[in-house]
Parts: sequence; structure tokens; C-alpha cells
Amino acid sequence: MRRNLILGAALTSVFVLAALLSFIWTPYDHAAMDIPAKFLRPGGEHWLGTDHFGRDILSMVMVGARTSIAVALVAVGIGMGLGVPLGLTAAALKGGWLDEVIMRGNDLVFAFPSLVIAILITAVFGPGAVNAIIAIGIFNIPVFARITRGAALSLWEREFIMAARVAGKSAARISAEHILPNVMNLLIVQGTIQFSLAILAEAGLSYIGLGAQPPVPSWGRMLADAQTLVAIAPHLALIPGLAIILTVLGLNLLGDGLRDWLDPRLRVARA
Amino acid sequence: MLRYALKRLLSLAVSLVIASVVIFAVIEVAPGDPASFMLGVNAQPDTVSALRSELGLDVPKWRRYLDWTGGMLRGDFGVSYTYRTPVTQMIGDRLLVSGPLAIYALILSTVIAFPAGIYAAARRGKVGDVAVMGATQLGVAVPNFWFAMMLVLVFAINLGWFSAGGFAGWDKGVFAALKSLTLPAISLALPQAAILARVMRTSLLDILGEDFMRTARAKGLTRRQALWRHGVRNALIPVLTILGLQFSFLLAGSIIIENVFFLPGLGRLVFQAISARDLIVVESVVMLLVFAVITVNFLVDLAYAAVDPRLRART
Repeated sequence: MRRNLILGAALTSVFVLAALLSFIWTPYDHAAMDIPAKFLRPGGEHWLGTDHFGRDILSMVMVGARTSIAVALVAVGIGMGLGVPLGLTAAALKGGWLDEVIMRGNDLVFAFPSLVIAILITAVFGPGAVNAIIAIGIFNIPVFARITRGAALSLWEREFIMAARVAGKSAARISAEHILPNVMNLLIVQGTIQFSLAILAEAGLSYIGLGAQPPVPSWGRMLADAQTLVAIAPHLALIPGLAIILTVLGLNLLGDGLRDWLDPRLRVARA
Repeated sequence: MLRYALKRLLSLAVSLVIASVVIFAVIEVAPGDPASFMLGVNAQPDTVSALRSELGLDVPKWRRYLDWTGGMLRGDFGVSYTYRTPVTQMIGDRLLVSGPLAIYALILSTVIAFPAGIYAAARRGKVGDVAVMGATQLGVAVPNFWFAMMLVLVFAINLGWFSAGGFAGWDKGVFAALKSLTLPAISLALPQAAILARVMRTSLLDILGEDFMRTARAKGLTRRQALWRHGVRNALIPVLTILGLQFSFLLAGSIIIENVFFLPGLGRLVFQAISARDLIVVESVVMLLVFAVITVNFLVDLAYAAVDPRLRART
């Protein structure tokens, strides 16, 4: 369905653009407090209202988008950067001991719920955005390793790979020059899905205080602040929540749309 | 089958050993000595070393690892640094909240997802299908803790049907206890139900395209009979795997949700232990969670192999 692709791309770009725009312009200073103007409802001078310190919510959401996207981008980058080479190696050495070690290692990481990894890491190194990135990134490694290996295994049986082997290319060169370009579509699709999961994970970690720390604004922390105030000012919880939902929804639709557009035959397992 | 089960059991044991080594090693490199943390910055060095030996921190690392794992095998998780009570007992108390919560959520998510997925598959491409799929797209995108806040806002604050947090306790009666777990269970179940419904639909659609479904219709079964007798039953097999995976998401999710609702479960225990640097509690609870996840996946694999003989040959 083309509709998914367009809607997903539109939603995603709104948030990416908002995040980029926040570097040069926000309606107000996102950290500026204005106590007399606290708890303003959306509409009027402050488009999305103000919080309990009179901070402009639209500005906070824009800067928060920056945090979410940055964390997710680096976390997925770690997952791809380590997972894809591992998957390619495992597939090239199919059945060998290294393949076995890599795949068992994957299973092991899968056995730790991502949040439990995050808790372990923060228990040791303290909370913070960087540790949240590492925690989410580690969990992404086996996802990409597995999907790369699965796709690469069937490619290794194909004739054009056989031809490359006959031509004397090494397994490493074949992996880089022939296998990788052919699994790229799959990786892009899975990447958008992992990206949306990473945004959810970052929000969750920041919400319980293990992710981004003050003064770094983040959607999860905005929700944590809103928790005790939700009865008197529901918009404090509604707006960051909707920002998360729309971003994740946009990325998921984009992933679905890309999958159908790049290769209708592909069916990516959704985590 | 027995051979397969033994093989899987061996790999389960290896996974558990490696997991315990990793957890122990990670906790060991943690900066900050629990004894000096507990006594504060002004503590005398000899007081600290006395406490260190009392907590068993002065024996070599490998001995501590063996004591820890050996103790766990006997059901003894050591003694909490801060509370000075056996960790086993603390975990046991908290499990009475976290366990039922996860099961409650799993049941809710199944009850919502199965009919929704089957309905969507049966009406593929029609309005009902599109509506269910749209709803699941949304369900997947909603953070469960935000959904929890909204549930509290509507059902606890505005309507007053439930309390906004806390746990009634099983001694107040099963109904009261379950009631205080209801909003947390719903917020945990919703995103999982969305995923499960999608898997159910996809799996059922795959089955509906099989030859034996045509045969079932050809021998005179109605669409509905064929769907239930041959379709749903076979579609359940892949759904089972997802259910196993979901268990780990539910456990992890409950860590956040328990904090939203101030439930005295494992999640809150871990948080309190982290801030108090009660590392023995942290490592034991994390190990227990990993053990639960690995074991559930092991059982799912076995169940999977029992119903589908092709799998035994492969792995």
C-alpha cells in the first residue's frame, strides 16, 4: 500500500524537521521558566500550552524530539554496525564454530529483556542518555545479526555468488560486495522498525529516570513530570504522549510502506 | 523427541551459566564499594573493613561467584545488604504481585488478541479487517506507561472506579487484590495484544491459503467450520512462540508499570535496590528474570517440537 509509505514518511518527517528546526529556532526557550504563565491550556500565545513551571510545551516537545531521535539513531547504528558484520560472518562460515558462537551469543542477549539490560547498565554506570543508548544498542545487535544471517544464507546458495567464488573472490569480499547490497533493503526496513522500538524504549527509560537526565529534555521525562499533575493539567501528559505515538506510528507505517515498495515479496518478522 | 529435549536442556544450562557469569561480572565492575556506601563518607576504615567481611565482600571473587550460584541452586539468594533479610524471602513476597500481574496481563492480551486476529483474517481486506489492523498499528505505537497514566486519569481520577495505585494485598481477598492489578494489567496487555493480534492474523492467513483448507471446504464443511476446525488450530503454532517471547516483554514492561502504580513487585524492588546499591538484590532479581525468560522460551520450544515433528530434525 502506497498510502502507508506516504503517511509514514509525512509523519516521520514532521518530527525529524521539528527536531532539526529546534537547533536554530523554537517558539520560546525550552528551559525558560515563567511561573505566572504556568498550566496554560493549548491555544493562544503558547500553542501547546505551558507546564507547571510555565515552560513552553511546544518548544520542549521539539527539543525532546532531538533527544529521542538522537538516542534512537545511535542505538540502531550500534545494532547495525555490530550486528550486520556478525550476521554476514556467521552466514559466510555457516555451520562452523564461529557461526555457532555468534548465534548462541545472540540467543543469550535475546534472553535478557532489553529493560533488564538497561537496569543492569544503569545500576553499574549510573543513569544517563549515553547508557540508555548502549542498553538499547546492545539489544539491537542480535536483531540485525539474525536477520542478516537469515537473508545472507539463502543468497550464498545463489548462482551469482557461486560465480563470484569461481572468480576467486574471498568470502569477506563476496560478503561486502555482493551479499551486503542484496540484504540492504531488508536492513532498511528492519532499521525503521527498530528505530521506532528504540524511541519507545528511550521514552520508557527516561520515564523511570534511567535515561536522559535533566537538563536534557526528553519526552519520557516530560511524562514523568506530568504524572502527578495529570489530574489538574491533562495536556501535560497528552501532548508528549501523542508526540511519541505519532512518531512511532509514522516510523512503523514507513517501515511497512518501504517493505512493500522495495520488495513486495519480503515479509519481515516484526519484533 | 527425547534427544531433542536433552539437547535443548543442555543449551539451556549453558545459557544460564553464561548469563550468571555475565551478570556477576557486570555487577563486580560496578564502581563504589557497597560497604563504604552504606556507612557513608565519614566511616572509619576499620569499620568499613569489618562490614566488608560481615557482608562476605572480602573473600576472592571466584569464591563469591560460586557461593552466589551455589546458593541460588539451593534456593538461597543471600542476604540483602540494606534490609538484612534473606533475598529469597524478599523476592518471594514481590513475586506474589509481579507473577499474578504478568499472568493477568497475558490472559487479557490473549483474550483480546485471538478474537481480533481471527476476525480480521476471516474478513481479509474488508472494513472489519482494516479497522482491526488500524487499531493494532495504534496499539503497537502506544507506550504502555503513558496508556497507564491515561487509564488512571479516566478510571481512577475521573470515574473513581479503581484506585490510582498501590496494591490491596492478597489478605484483603482475591477480588480486591485482582481489582488493584486490573489497570496495570490492562496497560501491560494492550501493546502485547496488538502485536499478538497481528501475528494471529498473518498466521491464519497463511493457513487459509493451504491446500488442506480447500479440501476441508470440498468435503462439505462451511467456511466457519473449516476456519475453526482446521484453520485456527494450525495457526496457533506460530502464535505460541510469540506468546513465549511476550512473556519477557511482560516481565520487563511490568518493571515500568509497577512504578506507575506503586505496586510492591519485583520491578520496584530492583529500583530501590539500585538506589541503595544493594547489589546482591539487583543481581539476584536480574538473574531470576533471565532464568524465567530462558525457561519459558525453552518450554515453548519443547511444546513447538512436540506439535511439529519437522522442528526436531532441524535444530
